Amino acid sequence: MQHTTTTCPYCGVGCSLSLAVDNDRIVSVSPGPEPSVNKGALCSKGRFGFDFVHHKDRLTTPLIRKDGVLVPASWDEALGLIASKFSEIASLYGADALGGFSSARCSNEENYLFQKLFRAGIGTNNVDHCARL
Amino acid sequence: MGAGDCVCIIGTNTTACHPVIGLGMMQAKRNGAQLIVIDPREIDLAREADVWLRLRPGTDTPLLSAIAGEIYNAGMVDVESVAASTEGFKEFCEGLAKFDAESVAALSEVAADDIRRAARCIGRARNTAFYYTMGVTQHTTGTNNVLAVSNLALLTGNIGRPKTGVNPLRGQNNVQGSCDMGALPNVLTGYRSVTNDDVRGSFEEAWNVTIPAEKGRTIPEMLNAIEEDKMKGLFVFGENPMRSDPDINHVEHCLHHVEFLVVQDLFLTETAELADVVLPGASFAEKDGTFTSTERRVQRIRAAVSPVGDSKPDWKILAELLERLGRPERYADVKDVFDEMRMLTPTHTGITYERLEAGGIQWPCPDESHAGTPILHVGNCMRGAGKFVPLEHREPAELPDAEYPLTLTTGRVVAHYHTATMTRRCFGLAGTWPEELVEVHPADAAEYGIADGDLIELRSRRGVATGRAWVTRRVPRGLVFMTFHFSESPANILTTSAADPVTGTPQLKVCAVAIRKLTEESTSVESLSIEEHASCHIA
Ligand code: SF4
Repeated sequence: MQHTTTTCPYCGVGCSLSLAVDNDRIVSVSPGPEPSVNKGALCSKGRFGFDFVHHKDRLTTPLIRKDGVLVPASWDEALGLIASKFSEIASLYGADALGGFSSARCSNEENYLFQKLFRAGIGTNNVDHCARL
Repeated sequence: MGAGDCVCIIGTNTTACHPVIGLGMMQAKRNGAQLIVIDPREIDLAREADVWLRLRPGTDTPLLSAIAGEIYNAGMVDVESVAASTEGFKEFCEGLAKFDAESVAALSEVAADDIRRAARCIGRARNTAFYYTMGVTQHTTGTNNVLAVSNLALLTGNIGRPKTGVNPLRGQNNVQGSCDMGALPNVLTGYRSVTNDDVRGSFEEAWNVTIPAEKGRTIPEMLNAIEEDKMKGLFVFGENPMRSDPDINHVEHCLHHVEFLVVQDLFLTETAELADVVLPGASFAEKDGTFTSTERRVQRIRAAVSPVGDSKPDWKILAELLERLGRPERYADVKDVFDEMRMLTPTHTGITYERLEAGGIQWPCPDESHAGTPILHVGNCMRGAGKFVPLEHREPAELPDAEYPLTLTTGRVVAHYHTATMTRRCFGLAGTWPEELVEVHPADAAEYGIADGDLIELRSRRGVATGRAWVTRRVPRGLVFMTFHFSESPANILTTSAADPVTGTPQLKVCAVAIRKLTEESTSVESLSIEEHASCHIA
């Protein structure tokens, strides 16, 4: 059994978690080591909210809509399509015809890259996230 | 906190939404601190409160101003020191005259004596810490409500010391970080304005691009731009606006209308179902990175298991997209991304992955020898002298009327998170709260012939939703409460996108609805009657 110290993915309290992992699956969660904001406490979401990671509904491949339905595709095809569609829209209508909603549940690094994708990769400030909800 | 201290919570159901902070409040109360709860619903903390002010939704500003007025009139303000350390004190105090306890009592439906009791608690306490969340901000008067809290804190000298302050609790785990990282249309990292040439210049030099000098569009503005055919492509990353945003019918129309929609998520959410391309991201347990807590504490997340199937850590997907759009940067790992960010962000420059091994660090942290900043407004406010802002009362954008006679307010329950795409897929959580329970007061239930457990229909000017009724005195007469956790009972079909003029935050806490019983079927909802009486003490 391995233990990995990490941070709870649910609310802004930021409790420290210790994930017990066996055979590449999370089997239980306990409070992370001190010093931590939660000092040994966790709420029900922190302690019992991990099964979704291994849930059968998880998306396992990129999907592309073909003839109206979403069908599995390779990364190469999916990312290639996004890059070409974004470039096409930007050249036809200008960069401000594109925009993105970032994620308040993803990491700092990902939010940094997401706004960089729009500002540096596309050339628009049309980037926002669900802070107000 | 303990004897002589006071905790004042406004529009935050802390034990449900920020449970571990809620535990801290209970601890403070057990140690002798006074607890004031300002909330229309009888949330768990209201039952523990020394003073509970059950206000009519949307009357936060007058109520807080009346408390300030009572404190001032009772001579509990250190006039000299407050006047010396603040701006606008005199005008503010004069403006308080129109918020006398009696007229505010009539407006807010809180007894004048209770307003005075709250005023005495705060006025006499050595320290008062104010906490608020979306119950304060999700109104068309959200900005005024926040200013009313800050006025009260300034008036009573509760700023910049331990156990005091105006503390917003952030809803999602990394809202703080998303804002810090510039995932906003008007600012780059560290809240620096895109309209400022020097700020833009430093990023333009580092990234070797030109960044537009005008601010971009907010989420509601992007949706409207799609409707007006000004925007053709949209990338929704790790969010589910088809359930989380107000007026879902409008959102759905826009997402159908946009020419090219990309969604990156863990699951095929209601939003992903509308996409042209769906990218499978990774969960927190499958990737490295950092989150920033509501106290500005940057903390590590660490990969514990491998991503499922062909899914990838989200930062890798975004880095590959940058590459495909012709960008030159190549990130070997996520630490490279963090390092690039911190060198461009003075508030984060001193935070390194190596230092985070010893625990989280609170920004501002300008260099690697800096310990971080636990209290932001030490001694004085960050903007210099604290500023009082005189306020007016404005009624919510939509009030009950003959056709829609009840007020709907929305919120969360402890078992679930946001649109529950994650928590409903967790055995130990889904079972404790499997479906929507619409809180309806017994008198309203009787009027509409609704029994506990009946399926009911809620209607607003924008749409119709159904859910099971929970007949309870948690809500006062005339108010119904729903969460936005349950896909099949989407509260945001009903809510209005009327928003605060300054922040654009939608008024999710007030809209007018009508209710009716849907079928004859009636099932009792046992798990929930337990919750109603559960105390939030831990052994
Ligand atoms: S364990 Fe509970 S209180 Fe702590 S961060 Fe997670 S959701 Fe928030």
